[in-house]
Amino acid sequence: MSDTAAAHGAQGHHQELGFIRRYIFSQDHKMIARQFLFLGLFMLLIGGMLAMLVRWQLAWPETAVPGLGFIPEPYIYPGPNGGGIIPPQTYNALFTMHATIMIFFVVMPIMVGTFGNFLIPLMIGAGDMAFPKLNMLSFWVGFVAGIVLLASFFVPGGPAAGGWTSYATLSARAQYTGVDLGQDLWIIALLISGVSSLMGAINYITTIVNMRAPGMHYFRMPLTVWSLFITAILLLLALPVLTAALAMLLFDRTVGTSFFLPEGGGQPLLWQHMFWFFGHPEVYILVLPAMGVTSDLLSTFSRKPVFGYHAMAFSMISIAFLSWTVWGHHMFVSGMNPLLGTAFMMTTMVIAVPSAIKTFNWLGTLWGGTIRLTVPMLFALGFVSNFLIGGLSGIFMASTPVDIFIHDTYYIVAHFHYVVAGIIFALFAAVYYWFPKMFGRMTNEPLGKIHFVLTYIFFNGAFFPMHFLGVAGHMRRIYNPMQYEFLQPMQHWNVFITTSALILGVSQIFFLVNFFWSLFAGKKAERNPWQANTLEWSAPTPPPHGNFATTPTVYRGPYEYSSPEVKEDWLPQDKDLGAKAAARAH
Amino acid sequence: MMQWLPEDVSTFGHEIDSLFYLIYYITGVAFILVTVLMLLFVVMYRERNDGRRATYNHGNTTLEIIWTVIPAAIFIALSFMSVNTWAKVKRHAPESDFEIAVAAKQFNWEVSYAGADAKLGTEDDVKFDNDIHVPVNKPIRVQLSSKDVIHSFFLPNLRLKQDAVPGRTFLVWFEAVKPGKYELPCAELCGFGHSGMKGWLYVHTPEDYKKWADENLAPKPQ
Repeated sequence: MSDTAAAHGAQGHHQELGFIRRYIFSQDHKMIARQFLFLGLFMLLIGGMLAMLVRWQLAWPETAVPGLGFIPEPYIYPGPNGGGIIPPQTYNALFTMHATIMIFFVVMPIMVGTFGNFLIPLMIGAGDMAFPKLNMLSFWVGFVAGIVLLASFFVPGGPAAGGWTSYATLSARAQYTGVDLGQDLWIIALLISGVSSLMGAINYITTIVNMRAPGMHYFRMPLTVWSLFITAILLLLALPVLTAALAMLLFDRTVGTSFFLPEGGGQPLLWQHMFWFFGHPEVYILVLPAMGVTSDLLSTFSRKPVFGYHAMAFSMISIAFLSWTVWGHHMFVSGMNPLLGTAFMMTTMVIAVPSAIKTFNWLGTLWGGTIRLTVPMLFALGFVSNFLIGGLSGIFMASTPVDIFIHDTYYIVAHFHYVVAGIIFALFAAVYYWFPKMFGRMTNEPLGKIHFVLTYIFFNGAFFPMHFLGVAGHMRRIYNPMQYEFLQPMQHWNVFITTSALILGVSQIFFLVNFFWSLFAGKKAERNPWQANTLEWSAPTPPPHGNFATTPTVYRGPYEYSSPEVKEDWLPQDKDLGAKAAARAH
Repeated sequence: MMQWLPEDVSTFGHEIDSLFYLIYYITGVAFILVTVLMLLFVVMYRERNDGRRATYNHGNTTLEIIWTVIPAAIFIALSFMSVNTWAKVKRHAPESDFEIAVAAKQFNWEVSYAGADAKLGTEDDVKFDNDIHVPVNKPIRVQLSSKDVIHSFFLPNLRLKQDAVPGRTFLVWFEAVKPGKYELPCAELCGFGHSGMKGWLYVHTPEDYKKWADENLAPKPQ
């Protein structure tokens, strides 16, 4: 393994690459990471704006959205002052595309694509990924998937409108939704994006297994690397199931098969089984990297070792195994055999245990630390706080009888936004934390803190009251809550949520300004600005092609903060204490 | 938060609600505990440039065992407490001579009562769109199916929800304990008309129900 790492390190001498090889078809994992970051942030902007439109409609149903009047009928109907009214069909497309973009083209490209690519080689002391060409291909295939998905906005009939879960039979026949080509493009985009993720997953696994620097045992890897390793394994095993399901759906739509259509002998529930067999591991694919990053950041900024490192690693490993046994909890009221519902309730309750362990260990990490409330630390704490709410609200729907009532209501919407949209806090934490290593400059701290405070307040303002709506029985995916007498008394909460969501969206300007201003004019970053232990901070800032001048040797775990062995309160993984005296003798 | 739960008028709803309350209190305690500790630690242990060094500590096996076993015990207990209610609602529909059929379609509930032959699914079924009339204090069995896409039969006031799947027929049941008019929305995305696909459940006293049935179900004199 050290030979491979050394061989890649030697590539660092081939510096002179043309513009295209360097910035566009780059094989450098750090450039690919940045490409994924820009792709993800661009898609975040689009996904966020779609959410704003959904929220507008729910708070002020069938009123004109300012500035939307330029979109032609029947997609948007003209309103006063250049505004546009969203019709039901477009509304369905909005939330379908919002979720699809946020899951497959924001959280996955950023948490897995960007930070997996950037951090795995740097944190394990490798010069690059095992397969740099495959890595490049992974980004560009993902890019094509994004183009195909965005193209579906411009085809006749509009984009997919069957929900991101695309339940058959609604998604299997154009006549049911009125969307034909848009749904096909949705399927094709996800098929292509699956290929991109598969290539990434294979690369991550191979790199972590084979290219760890000398001394980097598995149980000396930072939890971020552990989380990405497990994520990659889950991706590798889960994606083929989605791919198969998508191909079957595409065949049902285009060549007349009947996998999911009862009139030809098919089973609509088969789609749900396949989709959620992928879909539940997918949730952990999204959240595990956020957990790993959070563990690293809490330790670094508490100046204290992670509490229960092994418990943290093993809880992630057990999540990886258990995540295959819980998919049926999405289907309690689907008509699946109720006896299976009981079994899936048990497994679901069990998978809550490792998440609880992680939360308690995060608390343990804070306990007795010397806590530095930097911007990345604030966001990491924000992630813990939101994950806590999302984890606890999950217990309600794990209980099958309670789920009968809250299934398909805003209680579920609140739950998965606290978990999945809560990942945005870990995402921002990671961007602020690794920005100096990635771009060689520091971000602005006051702007970052304003960004955190606004995001935290209005995130909770937008998502917490959704629990209230859910308790009142407010269904998901309805276009106009005022059509229901039992929901009318709750409408003020929809207005409150939308107002918070709009402010949450606008608050992100502080991030964009900070990001782009710091990119060009931020303070130059030193090699290790956070005084952190992991190997990426031993590499030059920003790291050159090949990362390390010489392959580092690892002497200890990643969390030796405030160790009694040294005067400083950090002790890098590659710092050779024994050879110190010998070095002085030269 | 619980004051927003819709009024419960079913026989099994209170069991669902009490599980809801139980989980609400358990998670409420956990939420407060973790949040207070987190805030406390952040304030108590913030860096103050007083030369204090963080505790050099890698964890504690006893604590790990405690906070693994306690949540696990709570979760497993919750599972077992849920089993019976789940079985009551979804697995063991009581026998009843009151059975109707509801076929969902874009974007209506098609309700059928047996005609003179007392059998469902025959020519003389009496059909209504979106309105279900039932007597109070009587178990109602519903044969639920769908003619096109997946819909979901949702009675918030009866704490009942069941998807209707094309190609399948599911038996669902409820028993209302209070006469009244209750909304019946579709809870599963079923197309552009999903929002607004709703019906009404009318729960009558036995006398009122008989009156309604005589007027609407009895064979019309030719």
